[in-house]
Amino acid sequence: MDKKELNVKTMAQAAAEGHSPEYLYWVGCMGSYDDRAKKITRSFVRLLNEAGVDFAVLGTEESCSGDPAKRAGNEFLFQMQAMANIEVMNGYGVKKIITTCPHCYNTFKNEYPGLGGNYEVIHHSELLQQLMDEGRLKLKNNPFAGKTVTYHDPCYLGRGNDQYEAPRQVLASARIEVREMPHHRENAVCCGAGGAQMFKEAEPQHEEIFTYRTREALELKPDVIATACAFCNTMITDGVKHYNKEQEVKILDLAEILVEGLEDKK
Amino acid sequence: MQYLDNLLFVILLAAGIGYFARNVRKTIRNIKLGRPYPVNDRKGERWRNMLLKALGQKKMFKRPVPALLHLAVYLGFIIINIEVIEIIIDGLFGTHRVLRFMGGFYNFLIGAFEILAILVIVAVTVFWIRRNVLKLLRFNMPEMEGWPKRDANLILYFEFVLMSAFLTMNAADLKLQMMQYGHYASHSGIVGSFPISRFLLGILPDNPEALVAIERSMWWFHIAGILVFLNYLYFSKHFHILLAFPNTYFAKLPPLAKWDNLESVKREVELMMDPNADPYAAPAGDEPEPERFGAKDIFDLKWINILNAYTCTECGRCTDVCPANNTGKKLSPRKIMMDVRDRTEEVGKNIDANGGTFKDDGKSLLDYISYEEIWACTTCNACVEECPVENNPMDVIVQLRQYLVMEESAAPAELNMMFTNVENNGAPWQYSQADRLNWVNE
Repeated sequence: MDKKELNVKTMAQAAAEGHSPEYLYWVGCMGSYDDRAKKITRSFVRLLNEAGVDFAVLGTEESCSGDPAKRAGNEFLFQMQAMANIEVMNGYGVKKIITTCPHCYNTFKNEYPGLGGNYEVIHHSELLQQLMDEGRLKLKNNPFAGKTVTYHDPCYLGRGNDQYEAPRQVLASARIEVREMPHHRENAVCCGAGGAQMFKEAEPQHEEIFTYRTREALELKPDVIATACAFCNTMITDGVKHYNKEQEVKILDLAEILVEGLEDKK
Repeated sequence: MQYLDNLLFVILLAAGIGYFARNVRKTIRNIKLGRPYPVNDRKGERWRNMLLKALGQKKMFKRPVPALLHLAVYLGFIIINIEVIEIIIDGLFGTHRVLRFMGGFYNFLIGAFEILAILVIVAVTVFWIRRNVLKLLRFNMPEMEGWPKRDANLILYFEFVLMSAFLTMNAADLKLQMMQYGHYASHSGIVGSFPISRFLLGILPDNPEALVAIERSMWWFHIAGILVFLNYLYFSKHFHILLAFPNTYFAKLPPLAKWDNLESVKREVELMMDPNADPYAAPAGDEPEPERFGAKDIFDLKWINILNAYTCTECGRCTDVCPANNTGKKLSPRKIMMDVRDRTEEVGKNIDANGGTFKDDGKSLLDYISYEEIWACTTCNACVEECPVENNPMDVIVQLRQYLVMEESAAPAELNMMFTNVENNGAPWQYSQADRLNWVNE
């Protein structure tokens, strides 16, 4: 599927054509640069194409949302990033933003309004749920039938923004039954990437947080660990590798799970 | 001479309440050492929070066993204190069981108090075993060594002894009533019902004078104990029984991942990004001195952070769910709260000793909380979600980070690199912004 031609416009192209897309899809730094996360981005865009969603991306005009700077205490840098991004987005008259990153989602939704950026902000799990509910996305098969799938709640989506339901609904509407880890929803354990930890070595410890979290998931003997955050995906992938389980366990984003259901055969 | 008891009682009561009031005023002063942070939004949600989480103890029930034990002590505390009203009236006027006019309902009340009292005794015994015999991990972490551990046990002893005195007092009273002795006698039979203390009759002496002495001394012990306990709150983690109410009212409301945008920073960033601003303009004369970015000491924290610290009952649930702590890192959210309180107390004593103004002692909150702790937090909000009284240890960590980064440029080197990348490339890594769309054709 990865080689499938994607239909992606930038906001600049759309503006040149005199069109203002319904949604801005904010890809985020992980989704733009990280090899693993780029696959999630491509999967999600394929779903958007499939459902005929009218969207565009900022492309080279996109920048960091400022989240890692803010969580690391650099409020200056955060606000500079935010104000610059708001200028770009307001320039294009953006009304609705979709993000695949819970961190971008949180900053746009909760922290940009105070700096002059007022948008309807939608996490891709929320949009996917809507597209499934409306029948705009139709799956042709269920490659996960009979498989054990668990879902890891990203902190900035779950506890941070009380969005526990949409990702689970997406999986349910793909006829996937979720086996919950003992710590899930508001009791979920962090993957270890948040608060700018992604960008630094951990303090002295007896264990990495990602192995601590992944161990709980692996105790369910899952075939798939589903997530809705590229950072969580990276951390849990590292955890699975730590336990030498990468042959048995796949770590997939919700978008990737749905894309697999688009295929005819299997 | 017959009024001596009553007089002594009045003096004891006034002293007990007076000293407590003084310490409450001191606590309020100390809380106000924090920065002003107005909270006047979403009042309905706040009252609801207070009712559910302070009065209703909703979050305690995430862990049912301690929740039920705690509920017994909590109900016992609140309901048995209704009896204190009678104790105070009897004490002031030398009456005996003045509320007896309530008749059958009075008997029911006294009976209920006794059952609660025995439940409290059972619960505090189990609590003591959990702390000292089973040695539950969260009660035996490094920050609990010394006073915090003693404090916790003292509270349990207090409650045990108070309830025992209450039951012994009732038993002696019952025995005297049964003997129709002096003003304990009643023409309408036994006043009150004594489902628990009647089992103590056998161990009490039969001599009425001795019984009166026991009844009176237990009565005094109970009321004096309550006043001592009241005054102990200020020095103890047990302050939560009062402060949980304002604390849950003023607590952060969801979404938990929404952080404030610092106004002080916003002013400067707007100035920087405004092409018409004159960077060399002299500040207007009446402008206040610019605030410190982030927090170095308790003065820079929000007052709510300090209220949180006084409310913390050191149960350690936050630390128990902290991913950093669970993987062996030094960070313990409970310790952050305890450190804020300890430093606030230190500052408060400094102010008391220096005639009402703080004399720089060359110390700060950073002498209590290390960089290692500050940088280990993943900001996952697990501690905030878990806290039964809605404390927010994470908010303190964040403000300390802001100080270290914006005032001291003391972030870990890797984070400084990340900042540089965000500034130059618009991404936390060293990738070119021109490559942002490469994923489309890969």
